Order: sequence, then structure tokens, then C-alpha cells
Amino acid sequence: MKLRWPLTFWRAVFLAVMAAAACATWIRFSRGLGASTHLSDQFPWGLWIGFDVLCGVGLAAGGFTLAAVVHIFNIRRYEPIVRPAILTAFLGYVLVIVALLYDLGRPYRIWHPLVMWNPRSVMFEVAWCVTLYTTVLFFEVFPLILERLGRRRPLVWMHRAMIPLVIAGVILSTLHQSSLGSLYLIVPEKLHPLWYTPLLPLLFFVSAISVGLAMTIFESWHSSKAFGRQLELPLLASLGRVLAVVLLVYSTMRFRDLQRRGALARAFEGSTESWLFWLETVLTVVPMLLLFRSSIRTRPRSLYWCAVMVIFGFVTHRLNVSITGMEAASGTTYLPKWTEVSITLAIVAAGFAAFRLAVKYLPVFEAAHTPAAVPAELQPSPATAD
Amino acid sequence: MSFAVLYDSTRCVGCRFCERACAQKWGLPYNDAVAAEEKLSERKLTAVVTRGEVFGRRMCMHCLDPACVSVCPVAALKKTTSGPVVYDESRCMGCRYCMLACPFGVPVYEWSRLLPRIKKCNLCEERLRDGRPTACSEACPTGATVTGQREELVQEARRRMAASPGDYWPGIYGLREAGGTSVLMLAAVPPAQLGLPGRLPHEPLPALTWRALSLVPDVVGVGSVLLGSIYWITHRREEVAAAEGPRAAKPVKKGERP
Repeated sequence: MKLRWPLTFWRAVFLAVMAAAACATWIRFSRGLGASTHLSDQFPWGLWIGFDVLCGVGLAAGGFTLAAVVHIFNIRRYEPIVRPAILTAFLGYVLVIVALLYDLGRPYRIWHPLVMWNPRSVMFEVAWCVTLYTTVLFFEVFPLILERLGRRRPLVWMHRAMIPLVIAGVILSTLHQSSLGSLYLIVPEKLHPLWYTPLLPLLFFVSAISVGLAMTIFESWHSSKAFGRQLELPLLASLGRVLAVVLLVYSTMRFRDLQRRGALARAFEGSTESWLFWLETVLTVVPMLLLFRSSIRTRPRSLYWCAVMVIFGFVTHRLNVSITGMEAASGTTYLPKWTEVSITLAIVAAGFAAFRLAVKYLPVFEAAHTPAAVPAELQPSPATAD
Repeated sequence: MSFAVLYDSTRCVGCRFCERACAQKWGLPYNDAVAAEEKLSERKLTAVVTRGEVFGRRMCMHCLDPACVSVCPVAALKKTTSGPVVYDESRCMGCRYCMLACPFGVPVYEWSRLLPRIKKCNLCEERLRDGRPTACSEACPTGATVTGQREELVQEARRRMAASPGDYWPGIYGLREAGGTSVLMLAAVPPAQLGLPGRLPHEPLPALTWRALSLVPDVVGVGSVLLGSIYWITHRREEVAAAEGPRAAKPVKKGERP
């Protein structure tokens, strides 16, 4: 009998990652945070917050960005990539919540901020926004399932509610994408001056938009490889152009701020911090310069690699804020334990797998059926000269 | 009126009676091994630090506007009107943001427990309520740690510094640091030498966050109006186009405006 799921290389990797994560999960929930992490009183937030939460939420930002572009700004040609972006966002948020369940000391109290209020806390705001936005995303993803099941009536219904949902989604995203940066406003004396700035919320918001766009390019490329679909190249190329502009705005703010605060000199001190600062900068500025060239944007492979650089640059920045920049003042060093790394890898792997399954079984890469008798087939998107 | 503690390093002989009394009060085991650890941990909510001939003390500073209280998403930490910053473990979900936010590195975590709690000094709130001094003040044989009203202790600190200016580093640690604290410290050496954060802003830290957080209602209000309006404008064109559609197909008569 032929195996329905032949063991390919990536499936083997996936299984290995999941097996390691199962062990790590056992250690985490039977022996506690002390046994499963390298966190300490001096360094209470590590990889799970720095990567799984701070980066996870950012990487899911394509959802609100594209929903706004298509549904609010009514730029219809991006419609074919709204759904994958929203799906990514939904999966991203679900996985962020899973990561939080690992990181919280008492995960079964994750709902406490919803009833025990402290409006002065950024974390309180983040908790509320993430809860509400995940709900919004669920309702934005739900039509895919309804379509797949051929349920038309609730679709009409949901279509009516779409615009308020999208607006709520954009506002909630704006709030908590920036709030993730605000989390660090309280540590002016702990966070390295290359990263501490009153502009953190703004920088987190703009970098989230950039990485949301980069993720959309990234996953469109992978989906086209995996499912042999045509790449929406003109669309993605024009996303690349927008991405270049967003990166320019981000870099300008970032450097102007460093210069204003007189922190730029610290970039040349030759410390670990300064090298990681340059890594982050190169991974932002190089793809920006490349994306400004139309010859780069219109070649799928180079466009893809630019997106990858943007994603890595973004991750470096967030890890610099949450880990590198906090280390010196903590008086200790932090290197994640294997359990922390394996849970993180498993969460990324689960994201990839869930996205793949969803694309396979749900109408993700099809235009939304507006119930008002719009032909289901996607009109070929007008080839935008780029 | 609020309670405070004044610790005068020049009177401290490093006997660690305060540590022992504190451990007893919390029901924590205290022995030579614990005594040798000179930092706060789940085993030790106050610690005497030795710097050559000089001693210092670490404990919760009980800020007047505490960062930990402002960041706690579930309001598990509270600043009481009588001075102490107290912790309600039944609310805590273990996000550890208080540990990240505290400028003094005070809240510690029960890392070894499956259902851990934050641990920190509560300025013996329950004793203060009965009109008794904190356990550490009561145990101190030299009067290096005393309990009193904050205003009076500030006066007392000033008196001591004025009486023998040569003995003191000029400054009361905690008078303005992080917006002021309910634990005040005097020493012969700069506070940084005793392991205390030397250069803290004099503005309460929660103000830094509040500047961003107070914009939230505006983002919601202005944002929804703005997005709603953009939607209305961008889709108005479509409605117009749709309404004109059938007519535009016919030749438009002169004088008739679509």
C-alpha cells in the first residue's frame, strides 16, 4: 500500500521538531519554568517573549495592513493576497497565545486581565487588544470555511459585518503593535541606548507594517512553489515598492532618533550590542535599497530574498530590544535553553504546517466570493506596470 | 501620612539580624548558606551586601509611584496609602513584567515551583497596621534600620547629615530616585557602590509609559472616524459609478447631468 503521507525531508524535520517540543512541553509543565528555561530573577523575559510574542505578533501584521488596503482604501487589485495575509495573521495570533501559555507562570490564569483591570498597564492593553483582534480575525477567516462548506446565507450576513470588523481590526492592530514597543518604555535605565527611545511604539508599528508586507511576499512565493500556482508577480512587485517606502520611513525615523538622542556614537563602540545593531541595520537598509530597483522587484527570486532579509532584520531588531539590549544592565547573560528553542521551533513549524493545510483545504488563494453574484473565478488582475 | 523605613549604612555592622527576622516572618529557612547569598531571591527578601568595610541593604524600596504596580496587567500589585507595596498572589498570572520593570531589581520569582509566585518585601504591612515596626527594624541592634513616618525620617536623615557631614555621602537615596521611595538610605559612599542603581530618573517611571498609553482613546476615536471616512470616500466613487452605469451606457443628452 502506498503511504498517503510519504516521509519527505521536510516532514522528517517537522516530526523531529515536534518530538523535541513534546519532551520540552513535558518538562515545562511538570517541572516548571526554572527547569525548562534559562530565565532568572535578573533576566525574567527570554526567547518566548522576545521571539514568539514580539516577533510573532509583528509577523502577523500583514493581515491588518492588507485588509485596510483592500477593504478601506478600496485598492482592489490586492484582493487576491488579502486572504493569505489574514490567514497568516489568524494563525500567528493563535500561536502567540500558545507561546504565552508556555511563558506565563500560571497559564490557566491567562484570562485574568479581562476581569481584573489595570488600565495603566501596557500589558493590560496588549491582553485586551490581542483577545479582541484574535476574535476579529476569526470572523475574518470564518467565511473561508463557510465558502468551503457552500453555506451562502451566513456569508451574506458576514459580508455586511465585514467593514466594521476590518476597521476594528486595523485599530486594534495599530494599538497593540505599537504597545509591544511601549512595553519597554518603562526601562529607560535598563535598555541599551541604541534601542531605548520614546519612539519605540512608533518604530514597532512601522516595522510591523514592513514585516507584514514582507511576510505576504514570502508566503506567496512559498505557496506558489508548493502548489504550482502562478505567482501574482505584478502584485507582489508593487507590494515590494510599498515595502521599500515603508522601510525608508522606518530607517529615517530610526536614524534621526538615534542622532537626536546622541546615541549614534554607541554604534561604533565595537561592543556586541553595536555589532548586532549593524546586523539589524544592514538587514533593513540593504533590502530597502534593492527594492527601490525595479529590476530586483520584478524578479521573483530576488524579490523573495529581499523579503527574507526584511524578516530577519525585523526579528533582529525585536530580539535586540528584548534580549541583547537588556543583557548588559541585567548583570547576567542569557542564552535560551534547548527547551526554549525547541518550543519556539515547534511553534514556527506548526505555523508553516497549519498554513499549508489551510491552503490545501480552504479557498485561501481564491478571490472572496462576494455573495452579490460576482463570478467565482478571479478576474486576471490588471497587470500593473511596475 | 505614610510609613517608611530609614536604613543608615554608617550604623550597620553587618550582623544580618534583619535577614534572619525577615526570613522568620516569611517562614523561609535561614542558615549560613542563605546568609552567604548577597542578593535577593525566592529564599531571601532582604539582603545585606558587604563592600569591604561598608554594608548596604537590599529590599523593596516601596516607590511612591511604583513601576511594578503600573505595569501589572491584573493589578496584583498595589501601593497602599499607608506606604507598603503589596502583592496579591490570587490575581497574579505570572507574566513577570513587574520584574522587568522594577528599576531596583526587587521582585523575584519562585522559579523552582510549578505554580510560582512573585516574592517581595511587603514592608511588614500586617505589622504596621498593628502599630509595630517592621521585623527588620525591630531586629536591628544598632538602629541602622528604623521604621517611621516618611516626612519625619527625611528630617531625621537631614539632621544626621548636618550633624556629621563628613560621615555621609551627600544625599538621601530614595528621596527623589524613581519619583521617591518609602525606603530611604544613607551611606558613607555613593549608592552605586552598595549595588544600588546609581543614576535613576527623578521622574516616576510610570509617567514614561503613560505618555504613550494615554493616546489610546485618541487612536480609537480619531482612527475609527478616519478609516470610516476613507472607506466612505473610496466606496462612494463605486456607488456613483454603479448608479451611472446603466445611464452611461446610453448616450447622455445635452443639458442632462448624470
